Parts: sequence; C-alpha cells; structure tokens
Amino acid sequence: MTQRIITGAHYGLRDWLAQKITAVIMAVYSVIALIVLLSGVPLSFVVWKDLFSQGWMRVATLLFMVSLAWHAWVGVRDILMDYVKLAGLRLALEVLVLLTIAAYVGWTIQILWR
Amino acid sequence: MSEAAVKAVRKPRPKYLNLQALIFEIRLPLPGWISILHRISGALLFVALVWLLWMLDVSLSSEAAFNKIKHYAGLWPVKLSLLVLVWAYCHHFCAGIRFLFLDLDKGGDLETARLTSWIVLATSLALTAFLGWRIW
Repeated sequence: MTQRIITGAHYGLRDWLAQKITAVIMAVYSVIALIVLLSGVPLSFVVWKDLFSQGWMRVATLLFMVSLAWHAWVGVRDILMDYVKLAGLRLALEVLVLLTIAAYVGWTIQILWR
Repeated sequence: MSEAAVKAVRKPRPKYLNLQALIFEIRLPLPGWISILHRISGALLFVALVWLLWMLDVSLSSEAAFNKIKHYAGLWPVKLSLLVLVWAYCHHFCAGIRFLFLDLDKGGDLETARLTSWIVLATSLALTAFLGWRIW
C-alpha cells in the first residue's frame, strides 16, 4: 500500500486529464482545418482572409490556441521537472515558459480580431 | 526471500550513463523511440510556434504580404524547416493518439505496443510526405 503524506499539494491528476482533453480538442480542430484547406479552392489571399474572418473559424482557432496553451504548459513543465534539477533555475524557466504562453495567446487574439 | 537472498540473486548492474553509452550502447526499444520523439517534437513545436504565428500574422495582413510569405515559404531552407515542423506535428498527433489508447488500457501488451509503434512511425512519415506534396 502506498502511504501518501497529505501536503495540500495536488498530485497531477488534473494536469494529466487536462492534457488529454486539450489533446482531443486540438486533434479535432486539426482534422477539420485540414479538410477545409484541402477540399477548397487553391489558396489565395482572398480565400485565406475569408476563412479567418468567419466567426466559427475565429472561435475554433482561439479554442485551439487556449487548448495548446494548457497542453504545452503541462508538457513543457514535465520536461523541465525531468531535466532541470536546480529548483531556482527551474522556477525561472517555468516563469519564462508561462510568459511565452501568455504572449502566444495574446498575439493569437490580436491576429484573429484585427 | 530474505534480504540477503535477494542481494545474492541480484546481478551487479553496471551503470555507465555517459554520452557514449547513451548513444551507442543503450538500445532504446521502438516504443521508447516513439515516446522520446513525442517529447522532442512537442518541445520543437512549442519553440517554433513564435515563427508560425509570425507567418500567420503577416499572411493575413495584406495581399502583398501574403504573396511575400508564399514566396518565403518556397525558399529551400524555409521549406525544409517547415517540413520538419509538419513531421513534428504529424508524429506528435499520431503518437498522442497511441498514448490516449494506452491511457484507456488498450494496446499495452508487448506485441500490440510494438505494432502500433511501427504504425505511428509509418503513418506520420506518410502524412508528412502527403502534406509536403499538397503544400508545394
């Protein structure tokens, strides 16, 4: 039997589950985007611009990006926890990653609703 | 088994995890390769996202900029980098679906795990070739 000492921290189930759910969301978006892009007319600026000015595409792309943000946070944090043993350095890198993710999401919103 | 007996049975395990050993001596089984490539492709995509977002941003800003990006994407170093990213996406996608099934306790036995590893490897390469052909 595993003896767990309750420390008030959570054990990662939520992150694990979030990574799976966001993965499914991104997979569905990828398949839809691929079908839309491959079944349509040859890609020109007008077609490209039209695609990204449709409401559903903007919302879907934002959903994709938010999923990516959450998914990548769990994944990159896993990598940092595995390879960066110095707690201070790891914290600094985690903050850097969080800022990068926030910037990615902010930039995506700016691109989509310009 | 008593503690002493366990110690007697246990073989001495040499551990020499230097770079040479990691590269030449430790043979990672195929499912292990799928796993580490999943990690590498994920990290790569995360870092490359700044570049991809930049291209999306520019391509949507005006017709002239769109054509510039189209030309830029045709240059061979850019094409090659994009192709690597397309592969990274396809591999991460296929391996990810395999991991989702493993989480549901499906395909965990050795034979199936090896078979699905080959399928992931082959499918992601085929998808990359197909998308490369469709894009350019």
